[in-house]
Amino acid sequence: MKQINRVNNGGRINRDKTLVFSFNNKTYQGFEGDTLASALLANGVDVVGRSFKYSRPRGIVTADAQEPNAIFQVGSSQATTIPNPRATQTELYQNLACHSTNGWPNVDFDLMGAVGKLGGAAMPPGFYYKTFMFPQSMWMSYEKLIRKGAGLGCSPQLPDPDSYDKLHHHCDVMIVGAGPAGLSAALSAARAGARVIIADEQNELGGSLLCTRQLLDGQEAQVWIDKTISELAQNKNVILLPRSTVFGYFDHNYIGINERRSDHLGEVDHNGTRQRLHKVRAKQVILATGAHERPLVYGNNDVPGCMLASAVSTYINRYAVVPGKTLALMTTNDYAYKAALDWHDAGRKVALIVDTRASSDGDMVKKALQRGINIVFGHAIIDVKGSKRVKSVEVAKLNDTADKVVGATVSYVCDTVASSGGWSPVIHLSSHTGSRPVWRDDVQGFVPGKTVQAQHVCGGLQGVYNLSDVLKDGFSCGAIAAQEAGKVHGNDFDDHLNIAPAVDEFSESAPMALFHIPHFKPTSRAPKQFVDYQNDVTAAGIEMANREGFESIEHVKRYTALGFGTDQGKLGNINGMAITAKSLGKTIPQTGTTIFRPMYTPVTFGALAGSDVKQLFDPARFTAMHSWHLAQGAEFEDVGQWKRPWYFPQPGETMQQSLQRECLATRNSVGILDASTLGKIDIQGKDAREFLNRIYTNPWSQLAPGKCRYGVMCKEDGMVFDDGVTSCINDNRFLMTTTTGGAAGVLGWLELWHQTEWPELEVYFSTVTDHWATMTISGPNSRKVLEKITSADVSNEAFPYMGWIPAQVAGVKARIFRISFTGELSFEINVQANYGLHTWEAVMAAGEEFNITPYGTETMHILRAEKGFIIIGQDTDGSVTPQDLNMNWVVGKKKEFSYLGKRSWTRIDNQRSDRKQLVGLKPKDPNFVLPEGAQIVLEKDQAIPMTMVGHVTSSYFSACLGYSFALAVVKGGIERKGQSVFLPLADGTTVEAEICSSVFYDPKGERQNV
Amino acid sequence: MLHIHCPYCEEYREEEEFNVIGEAHIIRPLAPEAMSDEQWASYLFFRKNPRGLHHEMWAHSMGCRKFFNMTRHTVTYQILETYKMGLQPSIIAEDTQ
Repeated sequence: MKQINRVNNGGRINRDKTLVFSFNNKTYQGFEGDTLASALLANGVDVVGRSFKYSRPRGIVTADAQEPNAIFQVGSSQATTIPNPRATQTELYQNLACHSTNGWPNVDFDLMGAVGKLGGAAMPPGFYYKTFMFPQSMWMSYEKLIRKGAGLGCSPQLPDPDSYDKLHHHCDVMIVGAGPAGLSAALSAARAGARVIIADEQNELGGSLLCTRQLLDGQEAQVWIDKTISELAQNKNVILLPRSTVFGYFDHNYIGINERRSDHLGEVDHNGTRQRLHKVRAKQVILATGAHERPLVYGNNDVPGCMLASAVSTYINRYAVVPGKTLALMTTNDYAYKAALDWHDAGRKVALIVDTRASSDGDMVKKALQRGINIVFGHAIIDVKGSKRVKSVEVAKLNDTADKVVGATVSYVCDTVASSGGWSPVIHLSSHTGSRPVWRDDVQGFVPGKTVQAQHVCGGLQGVYNLSDVLKDGFSCGAIAAQEAGKVHGNDFDDHLNIAPAVDEFSESAPMALFHIPHFKPTSRAPKQFVDYQNDVTAAGIEMANREGFESIEHVKRYTALGFGTDQGKLGNINGMAITAKSLGKTIPQTGTTIFRPMYTPVTFGALAGSDVKQLFDPARFTAMHSWHLAQGAEFEDVGQWKRPWYFPQPGETMQQSLQRECLATRNSVGILDASTLGKIDIQGKDAREFLNRIYTNPWSQLAPGKCRYGVMCKEDGMVFDDGVTSCINDNRFLMTTTTGGAAGVLGWLELWHQTEWPELEVYFSTVTDHWATMTISGPNSRKVLEKITSADVSNEAFPYMGWIPAQVAGVKARIFRISFTGELSFEINVQANYGLHTWEAVMAAGEEFNITPYGTETMHILRAEKGFIIIGQDTDGSVTPQDLNMNWVVGKKKEFSYLGKRSWTRIDNQRSDRKQLVGLKPKDPNFVLPEGAQIVLEKDQAIPMTMVGHVTSSYFSACLGYSFALAVVKGGIERKGQSVFLPLADGTTVEAEICSSVFYDPKGERQNV
Repeated sequence: MLHIHCPYCEEYREEEEFNVIGEAHIIRPLAPEAMSDEQWASYLFFRKNPRGLHHEMWAHSMGCRKFFNMTRHTVTYQILETYKMGLQPSIIAEDTQ
């Protein structure tokens, strides 16, 4: 297909390299160097999408990040598709495939169009609030329809095949934007010896110089760009980052950059990194982000063919594309005349220039007159005719204050309308750190305000637009930033101000402050005048919001959705504020300001994740015996980062059958558990014992070497937060065990109290969780198994319950602890982790004759619950005291020091008799397992809302008991033993259960003592 | 993302290495049993939430594992100083409560 709008020469495209691409399943051709937008315009594609609310056809408006309409679904597969990149910033590559995101079923025949046109008049601002929020229950249904119609893009459904990574940098001067200001700042900062990083979102460095026809030092701008980049590239202190969007400016001069390294090469198989996230901590930041042109707001300004004046120039000069046949230009300033001059010089017709000012005698105006272009001063384009492309414009005279149309309208035939209402500095990044932009009347725009960052601004960002001034500003800014970063200049500091190239400047007349073009009808009845294209916010909509009482610009934005699209209102926000100001009779600064937040433009999740995906995102921890568990076909459970065996199914077994088998084997013979994941903290120092006294609720003064004790820790508010067994190794050394998930937190807790309150205690903490492999053998035959692999005397007399001994087990140095979490005779064998698997296998071999049975966390949970042993975080939730757990025995009564938590138990709230207390529950149906979390009520037939008195915390079927049972917390539960309670379930049924003791099995605790 | 000077490591490190603990200079009463419920609750639960300078306790959890104090501006996020545990700040936040 022919590129009907392509000019034969000029532009920064490579005509020798033709690229084929498809848009909405039609095939087109473009050239290397094109963006998707320039290639579509070259092919004469007018309609690129449908609008959000009214479903109006929309075309390309800009050539930069502001683009509201040309946002596509790009990518050929469900793995590579990207939602909503801007075609104006998407480099063309071979076989690029893309679709419009808006428009269902397609942009030329749009089904939602009917709905939109029908609903258009009925969809005023606040429509969603007014219409869809009630009844609230229906919102989910409405939302589905709205989303389908709106088409905000689709996320990929398959894993991303590409790889991403991250780099961290430190530099002296970080420069954002590589236009004339940024490049000259980089030159002077680098010459001063500063380490410089300069990033720019475009594929080539140069910014506005890439499409200017102004000469620098009498030569094309490209000569200066090449010289500059060559000097910077040769400096080892400088990093040049093209295709790199600075998406965020964070506290303490922290900069986030998304570098697109291979997106422009297409979906080819490459080994490199597709995108890289640079995190830069800079001593000084220079923002040289330039300015965005502002469109004017006029009737039917969204008809395809209506564009920004600067975009027209960019397409002609940079991409050799004239996006139409006949141009009408409307401007408030001289600068935009360039669009008409470029258009004329490209050999196409300029119908007229409509200048809203009464007159101008700038050089640009003179050039236009020399070319014989028709200029109409004091007029405006008040309306555009056409639907899928501009057909003509209506031009009328403005009154002196430009708020009314006077006289008749005259029609001019054209297919393109370029408009310019001046320029808005790109203040986005400067406002990311909380700095409020300030309005400057002389600039007719917001510029960065006060900041606490080490930040400098230069060029267009602070309203310096004249090219020679921009270059000088850049040089001086770079020199100052380098100096403030500690780089010492010689005597030539001032020379930096004078090395900018000479520019052939042109004279300009003053621009006019105008945003909203009046119509001879009132705004509410005039043709639609769009402010925010992406959300279909019109001037009439903003005025209506003002009439309905929304006067703060923040309220207007939220009510009308102004600035809430993926473009964040880059194109429309200032115009929207100006319209609000006009309708309220205020100035723009009185109306408020506009704040932009990260991201400047959207960043893919891939870039943010980098290589921190899958196992590198959330590392898994494995015990020394993991390979054995895998070989046995264990099912695993995640406990914190640990992979713990959940249960060990045998062929054909259900989970419940496995659990019953594991439970019975342990209670009747012997079972083995991998307990390596329990947190272990080695505590040493002469004051270790005193420290334990203060941290734990129970006393530690009498614990002799070789003995173990169960302890409970409370926070200062008296609530239990961890438990475990601590053993006395010697008088200066203890080994503390913690819950698997609580290990890191407990270590931090110990360090906190030691460092902040009791630094006088000599005590040291070291985590040894990973150093030991721990296997627990439990059950009446466990001693017989142990005796086969150790020569140590492990009889009840020599080695009683709650003690530990050093021993050789299976030829390995070990510590054996006689503690029990099952209520059975148990031995915890600890060996150095490297010997874990060896020892485990030796235990298994020794236990074979006793049918030793490996069990996982689920059987462990059942066995401990049968004994009423709590699990922190399951049976407790941070609002439970030891007394609530019926564990007053674990509370030291005579300890001298007022240990953590103690004082709080006497607070009135903790003395209430109706606190939730831990009890056992026996369902009336002995086979019914209560759901964990089920709520408990006292009266079965109470009307909703029922009075809930507690909930189930743990619930299982016990093969050993022969019935189901549960642990629960119930208000005043300890006093309610024997009473019936009721549990209304999610399916509408209610079950009955009896409150009983929380100890179901071996209530006297005899089995662990044998 | 804050850039934090650890007074023990004596160098600037990234915020990712640190945890904020809460208001600094909360001293545990020496005789908890001698306190009224109200006094004890004030120690337990009541904290400042100033708009402006705030003394905070931080921990260099992924570094030297030391706790230290910081004077930080809660609006601008400027860190005025960091200082070792047990020391007093040289810049004092005005008590706004």
